Formats: sequence, C-alpha cells, structure tokens
Amino acid sequence: MDNRPDIALIEEIVQRRLDEILPQKIEEKLAQIKALRTPSMTIIATKGTLDWAYPPFILASTAAALGWNVSIFFTFYGLQLLRKDISDLKISPLGNPGMPMKMPFGPEWFKGIDWNIPNLLQAGIPGFESFATALMRQTMKNKGVVGISELRSLCLEAGVNLIGCQMTVDLFGYTREDFIPEVQEYCGAATFLPLAQAADVTLFV
Amino acid sequence: MEFDKELDARGLNCPLPILRAKKALNEMQTGQVLHIIATDPGSVKDFEAFCKQTGNELLSHAASGKEFTFFMKRK
Repeated sequence: MDNRPDIALIEEIVQRRLDEILPQKIEEKLAQIKALRTPSMTIIATKGTLDWAYPPFILASTAAALGWNVSIFFTFYGLQLLRKDISDLKISPLGNPGMPMKMPFGPEWFKGIDWNIPNLLQAGIPGFESFATALMRQTMKNKGVVGISELRSLCLEAGVNLIGCQMTVDLFGYTREDFIPEVQEYCGAATFLPLAQAADVTLFV
Repeated sequence: MEFDKELDARGLNCPLPILRAKKALNEMQTGQVLHIIATDPGSVKDFEAFCKQTGNELLSHAASGKEFTFFMKRK
C-alpha cells in the first residue's frame, strides 16, 4: 500500500492546526516571559557638578527600589562622583542660564526673586561660584533634599552597580585609591556597551 | 487601620520616601502592614507606582492637610 498520500494529508492537517493555535501560544509565552523579566537600566554619567550628580543617583536608587537591575558607568567628569569624599561638589551659574538664582532665606516675596546676575559679574567676582554653591546647598537643605553622599550610600545599599571608566581614570591621573572601594569594576566602552544593549533603559547624563 | 511598623517620612523629598519604605519593607515579613506618613506631595503617585512595580499592596492612602498617610502590605 502506498503510504505517501496519507503522510501528506497528516502533514497538511498538522500544519493547519499549528497555524490556528501557534499565534496565541506564542503571545501567551511572550507575555509570560515579559512578566517574569526583571527590568534593567544603565546610566552613563559624564558630569561632576552638584546639579548633575543628583539625576544619575536618584534615578538609579529609585529604579533599584522598584526592583530593577541598575548599573552606572562613570566617565570623564562623572568620575568626580566616585571619589571617596563627595561632600565638596560644586555648582556654577556661569553660562548656565537655566539655573534659577533665588535666595534661600528671608521672607517669601524675597525668596521668589530670580536674581539673574549677568555673566560678566559672575566671572569677575572672585568666590562667586563658592557663593552660588553655598546658596544651592542651603536651598536643598531647606527643602529636605537628601545630601549627595547619603544618596550614593543608599544606591550602594540598594545594590546599584557602580562602574568606572578605566580610560578616563588614567586620563585624569586618578588611581583606584582615589575612589570608593565599592566600585564594581573598571572597564572600557566595549565591555560596557553590551550591558547597555541588554538593558531596557539606557540614559546618558 | 492596624499596622506592624511605622515610617515617618515627613520633611523628606523624592527619592527618600520610596527608598526608606523599601528598606522598612525589607525588614518586615510577608503580610505585615507598613504605615507611612509623608509630606512630599509627589509621594502619592510615587507610592502607587512603587506598589504596582514591586507587588506590594497599597491598602489605602489619605491626605490630611499637608500630610499624606499610606498603608502598605508587604508581599
């Protein structure tokens, strides 16, 4: 008896059945994988001033609190944020027209004034940056904003991975002793990029 | 409402209320209830999102004056 027509028929039936049920099964499986997956985020931190220190640490600590896997790659001036003592980060309003300059003391109407000091004055008056930094710190203290050293500790507690860029460590003449020992590793872009590719969110700060 | 632990997050701003809550929850057991008091208006949405993401249950939340109260059940 010739078996081939029977096999062809069976194959056709199986194919038809697969076409019917596969799309739904695949959707269900994908949804299942998605639900079990841990979201992840990578951040590339390139700045070292007080105002730029907050975004990477706040985003990282919050994401970690939500259960995500987070890594921050510190490069260029971002390395400032890895130093052992970061209580001395500064801020400059010079050439920074987006920065509101309001006094953190006095009556409410006074506090509301945006002083808009011209760049020429800012550049000319010695100690202006230190003054602006002191005012910013007072403003943050008034509003109950967490200090940057504490925020970094919270990140470490929450399991955020801190990664240093070896190239810029060498470039700026740093050694690993300048930085906190909790830095996970020091590596280059080629090692970091695959991590970023796999992450759900990658941010450049 | 009854609770097993209280977290006073008054005067703390983003991201501290969430981070402190996470820490407090870690020290609690499944089913226990955490009572949080905060003054950060942003914390209302933050806690809702936090519960949605982490699977902890937000039993209730209320505002009285400048204070916001949350009851959260640890998953």
